[in-house]
Amino acid sequence: MNQSTPTTPTTPNQPGTEAAPARPLLARLKGIGPVVALVLLCIAGGLLNPDFATVDNLMNVLTRTAFIGIIAVGMTFVIVSGGIDLSVGSMAALIAGAMIVAMNALATGASPPGPVTIVLLGVALALAFGAVFGVVHGLLITHGKIEPFIVTLGTLGIFRAVLTWLSDGGALTLDFNLAESYSPVYYQSVLGVPIPVWVFALVAVAGAVILNRTAYGQHVQAIGSNEQVARYAAIRVDRTKVATYLLLGVCVAIATVLYVPRLGSATPTTGILWELEAIAAVVVGGTSLKGGAGRILGTVIGAILLSVIGNILNLTSIISVHLNAAVQGVVIITVAYLQRGRRQ
Amino acid sequence: MSLSVRFTQIVKEFGPVRVLHGVDFALEPGRVVGLLGENGAGKSTLMKILAGYERPTTGQLVVDGVERRFADAREAEALGIALIHQEFNLAEHLTIAQNIFLGHEKTRGLLLDRKAMSQEAAVYLEQVGLDVHPDTRVADLIVAEKQLVEIAKALSRKARLLIMDEPTASLSAGETRKLFALMARLKADGVTIVYISHKLDEMEAHTDEVVVMRDGKFVTRALTRDTDRRQMANLMVGRDVSDMFPPKRYAPADAPALLKVSGLTVPGWIEALDFEVRAGEILGFAGLVGAGRTEAFEAILGLRPRSAGRIEIGGKPVDIRSPRDAMRHGLNYLSEDRKGKGLHVDLGLRENLTMMTLERDARPWLDIKAGRAALTTAITDFGIRLRDPECAARSLSGGNQQKLALAKYLRSDPRVIVLDEPTRGVDVGAKRDIYTLIHRLAGEGRAVVVISSELIELIGLSHRVAVLHGGRLQTVLGPDQLTEDILISHATNTHEPIHAHDAHDTQSARH
Repeated sequence: MNQSTPTTPTTPNQPGTEAAPARPLLARLKGIGPVVALVLLCIAGGLLNPDFATVDNLMNVLTRTAFIGIIAVGMTFVIVSGGIDLSVGSMAALIAGAMIVAMNALATGASPPGPVTIVLLGVALALAFGAVFGVVHGLLITHGKIEPFIVTLGTLGIFRAVLTWLSDGGALTLDFNLAESYSPVYYQSVLGVPIPVWVFALVAVAGAVILNRTAYGQHVQAIGSNEQVARYAAIRVDRTKVATYLLLGVCVAIATVLYVPRLGSATPTTGILWELEAIAAVVVGGTSLKGGAGRILGTVIGAILLSVIGNILNLTSIISVHLNAAVQGVVIITVAYLQRGRRQ
Repeated sequence: MSLSVRFTQIVKEFGPVRVLHGVDFALEPGRVVGLLGENGAGKSTLMKILAGYERPTTGQLVVDGVERRFADAREAEALGIALIHQEFNLAEHLTIAQNIFLGHEKTRGLLLDRKAMSQEAAVYLEQVGLDVHPDTRVADLIVAEKQLVEIAKALSRKARLLIMDEPTASLSAGETRKLFALMARLKADGVTIVYISHKLDEMEAHTDEVVVMRDGKFVTRALTRDTDRRQMANLMVGRDVSDMFPPKRYAPADAPALLKVSGLTVPGWIEALDFEVRAGEILGFAGLVGAGRTEAFEAILGLRPRSAGRIEIGGKPVDIRSPRDAMRHGLNYLSEDRKGKGLHVDLGLRENLTMMTLERDARPWLDIKAGRAALTTAITDFGIRLRDPECAARSLSGGNQQKLALAKYLRSDPRVIVLDEPTRGVDVGAKRDIYTLIHRLAGEGRAVVVISSELIELIGLSHRVAVLHGGRLQTVLGPDQLTEDILISHATNTHEPIHAHDAHDTQSARH
């Protein structure tokens, strides 16, 4: 706060606040739409099936939300900066595959280290892969000057094809003993809350703090709002953009690390359509696809909202569970419709 | 052929805010009427009502004796009312011809008749004096040319009343002259012209009468020939603008050069430019649009490639590759394009103000409270007028946006500050504030560069003025040479060298 900056041109009229009008109720409620929708859905769910409103079911829903939710937190950064990443589902599949292959190789090698060490090495490898993939995306987009849509459409194909090749079209399955020591990461609870939910919460809180309370987060929003203005305001635009893709890559890796112990395998269908679910969560959460502004909390609620729909359809028989995607689609369009006025 | 318009008790409210308080006056046909008023006086809103972009809350708009309430701009256009916006309404990716016929495409059967459109567009382009092929993409035009395309578009819709909102804001002196010649021709054809501008010299020279608005009300009207510039300014502001420019205080002769540029070459724009600005000095940069003033400074900042040139700040050679490097060395550049490059108009005031110093101030988390306090200080220090400190930058008037931009670019406490068109689209009151501020900056020992297309501004503000023409430095004029005539002659390269020292720069630049 250097206040040696120049001061006071004599001002003719009294500067400052002229009778600030009361902020309209609607403006203050802005962004609350998804919360209202979520609450209404939960009430409806509870009325339709008493099993819905149980702690077990709640934890079940949150655990399933964790993968998409964690990816969506990273996706929020990319979308707020004005970018997009279509490759996250394929990236998760490839990271899962690479992780399994590497861990199996370690376990069957000469004088293998202990299973916990192997799992830790696998996790480190996954995070490294996510980071590298993200940086590659970022560099192709900034220094290569290629549209993010195109870059990640390309890697979407590449990642999945490599995984399919690795698995020879079938499944890559984690060594039984390793799966045994790895599975608590998905199935264990701490203080009654499953580990994936803890991780999801941590990632979300960290994401919210970074986006709203750091210079980096403000720069991400500034770039998405108007890249030129950001460039002229001495912001390192390219570096900031690369960092958003790096962040997303790491989020995908974290999601994958939680996902692998669930089934202990990776197949060519792993992570299919995750990119669309993650993007949908971000959009339902109130972040404009045009970039510039967004809320992590909104994204978290968006992700939960979408999986609650599936959960309710599973627990009730009013609408066939096969129509899950259709109901989600209706919700996405409705939310977008309700938010359209605020994007002026 | 002409069109008469009468406003009766026009009131316009945006939500709880009333911007027009019962405006009453008539526009007589076939005249050039200057509409005067500070930013926020309601000129643009009134003209948007006339052109069908807004509807009055109450009151009547009478056109040629018939009361009208336009549902949209198309209905106004059908009567021959066209508004040339401050920001152009052109589709950048389309060609000139496509833009001119946008929404009124000529067809042959189901298909577009491109040839006919191109041919007819050429006729209108000739009328406005724009010598560019109608199939040129609008994105490839410079600002002045886009303006002419807007006018050609209006002519193609058979405009009988043309509203021009700040048409010369981004035009050079020569282009401005051409525009006024065109306005005179249109007037001779019977077109009524409403001309909105902050440039009082243009009002004085090119309007038949002026209508003054203040605070959403009609104040008075007067024949231009009976009203001089100073009276106009006083009417607009509602008080005496005794002196637009503070008295000049010259930097001491031994003040060090804070910014020294030698041999700057920017491919396609600038050839071997040398200049220096000393501590406490205000150096003006004059030139026509396309002379390369903005480009020179963008290159210094590393925003465009430079093929040669040495930059020294505070006596030390520096390697600047980005605005960030420049800021680290104490050099900031505020762009002429306030909404495109200067401010995040969709973000809040605090976010804008602190944008350039976030990393410096974060520890490591941002201190939102400190940011708010800084905004409160800036609002007072820079005289920013606003309704709600939580609003987005776009809801401020032009002058207040500019003050916010200045506050933003000064927050890092630069030694050298470059201001590109610092008063573009800014009302008289805010202009004076900004001039005072610029003087203060120099008084604090900073080096200030002001790029401007307003000669009066350069003359009133600068200690010396560098004149560029076609990417070459023509001359640097000292205090005793700062007159409009001399500036224009150098900027247009029509200067007849009289004194030997004048001739020196011109000759070396040419040969």
